[in-house]
Amino acid sequence: MPNAGPNTPTYLDHAATTPLLPAARDAWLEGMALWANPSSPHGPGRAARAGLEDARERVKAALAWDGEVVFTSGASEALALAIARCRLPLTGVSAAEHDAVLRHRENAAILPVDGGGLIEPASAALPGLIAVQHVNNETGVIQPLAAIATAVRAAGGLLLADCAQSAGKLALPDADLIAIAAHKFGGPIGVGALLVRDYAMLRPSGGQERGYRGGTEDLPGILAMAAALEAGAAWLAGAAALRASLETAIHAAGGEVVAAAALRIAAVGAYRMPGKSAVAQLIGFDAKGIAVSAGSACSSGSLRGSHVLAAMGVAGASEVIRVSIGRETTPADIDRFAAVWRALQPATASA
Amino acid sequence: MIYLDYQATTPLAPEARDAMLPWLSGPEGMGFANPHSPHRPGRAAAAAVEVAREQVAALLPPGGRVIFTGSATEAINLAIFGRKPGQIAVSAIEHAAVLDTAQASGARVQILTAGSDGLVSPAQHLAPGTDVVAVMQVNNEIGTIQPVAAWADAAHAAGAVFLCDAVQGAGKLAPLEGADLIALSAHKLYGPKGIGALWIRDGVELSPLIHGGGQEGGLRSGTLSPALCAGFGAAATIALARQAEDLDHVGRLWRQGGGLLVEWILNGSAEHRWHGNLNLYRPGLDVARLMSDCRNLAFSAGSACASGSGRPSHVLRAIGLTDSLAKSSVRLGFGRYTTIEQLEDACARLDAAAAAQGV
Repeated sequence: MPNAGPNTPTYLDHAATTPLLPAARDAWLEGMALWANPSSPHGPGRAARAGLEDARERVKAALAWDGEVVFTSGASEALALAIARCRLPLTGVSAAEHDAVLRHRENAAILPVDGGGLIEPASAALPGLIAVQHVNNETGVIQPLAAIATAVRAAGGLLLADCAQSAGKLALPDADLIAIAAHKFGGPIGVGALLVRDYAMLRPSGGQERGYRGGTEDLPGILAMAAALEAGAAWLAGAAALRASLETAIHAAGGEVVAAAALRIAAVGAYRMPGKSAVAQLIGFDAKGIAVSAGSACSSGSLRGSHVLAAMGVAGASEVIRVSIGRETTPADIDRFAAVWRALQPATASA
Repeated sequence: MIYLDYQATTPLAPEARDAMLPWLSGPEGMGFANPHSPHRPGRAAAAAVEVAREQVAALLPPGGRVIFTGSATEAINLAIFGRKPGQIAVSAIEHAAVLDTAQASGARVQILTAGSDGLVSPAQHLAPGTDVVAVMQVNNEIGTIQPVAAWADAAHAAGAVFLCDAVQGAGKLAPLEGADLIALSAHKLYGPKGIGALWIRDGVELSPLIHGGGQEGGLRSGTLSPALCAGFGAAATIALARQAEDLDHVGRLWRQGGGLLVEWILNGSAEHRWHGNLNLYRPGLDVARLMSDCRNLAFSAGSACASGSGRPSHVLRAIGLTDSLAKSSVRLGFGRYTTIEQLEDACARLDAAAAAQGV
């Protein structure tokens, strides 16, 4: 087994971003040939438009989505677009949402989560736009969106689901508006989409994307996103086995699994190493060539405490790190991680 | 196919493409990492983003910072909504990204008029209480270069900030002085689509449009693409290195092309102009038929975004053309990779097709 030196890091931060799939890279390179502006009426422009519309149909087919697809620069923009342009005001957000939703909250109610990270569907029975993520980016907890959608609609509301962590992995949930980001499922960074069940839910802004999003479309990126979705998620079954061995090793070393009893996606987990701060763990793992994170990538630099873990009431939240598995993760990666965990774990806690 | 639509988009420079490839890495490398991750691959990606930021900043004045966005349209939205203006003045020939955003902002909107030469004279009175003034550097339809330094002074004298849409001029002309907010697009300067930038003068306050992870100093959340940033940065560097050469080249093309189209009338000033643009009309010309007769030429009738709409150009109307003359106008855009032979061939074909219409 090669040493995990500085040139061969063990990458266990797939929830931050995951490698571009070879098929997506090929699609991106082929897309570079369609460099004309898709809004131009001439031949090259029409060819780019045809490629764009074909990609839209492929994205819909791969996601089994019957509604509309508005291409954006990523999930943050898709969420901002949904919240700014929805005909209903934002009235409720789950406490575990990504900051891309929470920062738009203003007067919207916070829907609390329990110790397992789940919201009570009845709490979402509000008129207006209700934002509940599908899969939490820090803990992997899967929200019961079918029941939540029923509650939201019964109250006359619309459900916005942030599916940045689930799209391309799990079947899309039942929701009215859905945000996705290509780079979380093997597509490139810088492209995403807002899925809208019906355009009538949004107020148009003018510009491209039928008047719902201004800005020239990034066609190579969009083609790469379609190719990444078409690659499927059969790997997730293997991820479940890897995650099970990871958690067995963490337990054995005295670590704790956050929301262990909740339904969680196999790709993301949060783990506490009692007695050692997350910051110290990150330095230790990084020094051994293992890339993991404390919470989301966006907040990692800030050393703020996780609002997700706080909302769940997790004990020792400052000692929790996130480990996320991808298509390329191997049993050897998990073994290397477990060995470093054992080396970092304070002796008193593993007794 | 001869491509003459450089104002809609430009071909990707090979240098920009090469700069992007390492950051389109799959599992064989670490170039895919999230530049906001604190681990080693993340820090390498962040370093690439910062290099690109410096490269783009070289196109811009000193004393400000570059925020990456998904497009120039987004940069303009951030600039306008971010200032929360009560009163805004915009030129009549702005791109829809400025005109529509000004309207959508809820501010009272003053329209600054343009002359028949396609120039927006700075000798116009600004309404009291104006918060933002927006005049573009180079018009996207007719290529006229606006007196933006004078407009910056006028805006500042009125206590307003000056926003400049520099999409068509950045990298081609010297950095514009005096602006407080400058919007750029990579794909108009031989970089990739899907990325733009907003330059913000130090001390100019903005509130964000896209909230979330707090990237870009909290002003623009969303994971940045190191590939798109690197492509933008490389394109900026090449544009700067080749600025004089590119300028000479379009000057030659302009003289040659313009010299062949003697029966056509130029829209906008010939002098105060980016010479990679010929916007021309012949009275009575049926542009749809012209396009159909010249299928191997890629040109447009106005901006790409409005091309499908069938509406006459708001720019051409603003400079005094009737609807019928506006609808008889075509835009030829050329640049770094256009050859003299291509342009001569295209002009000959356009001229013959127009003559065949009997106009």
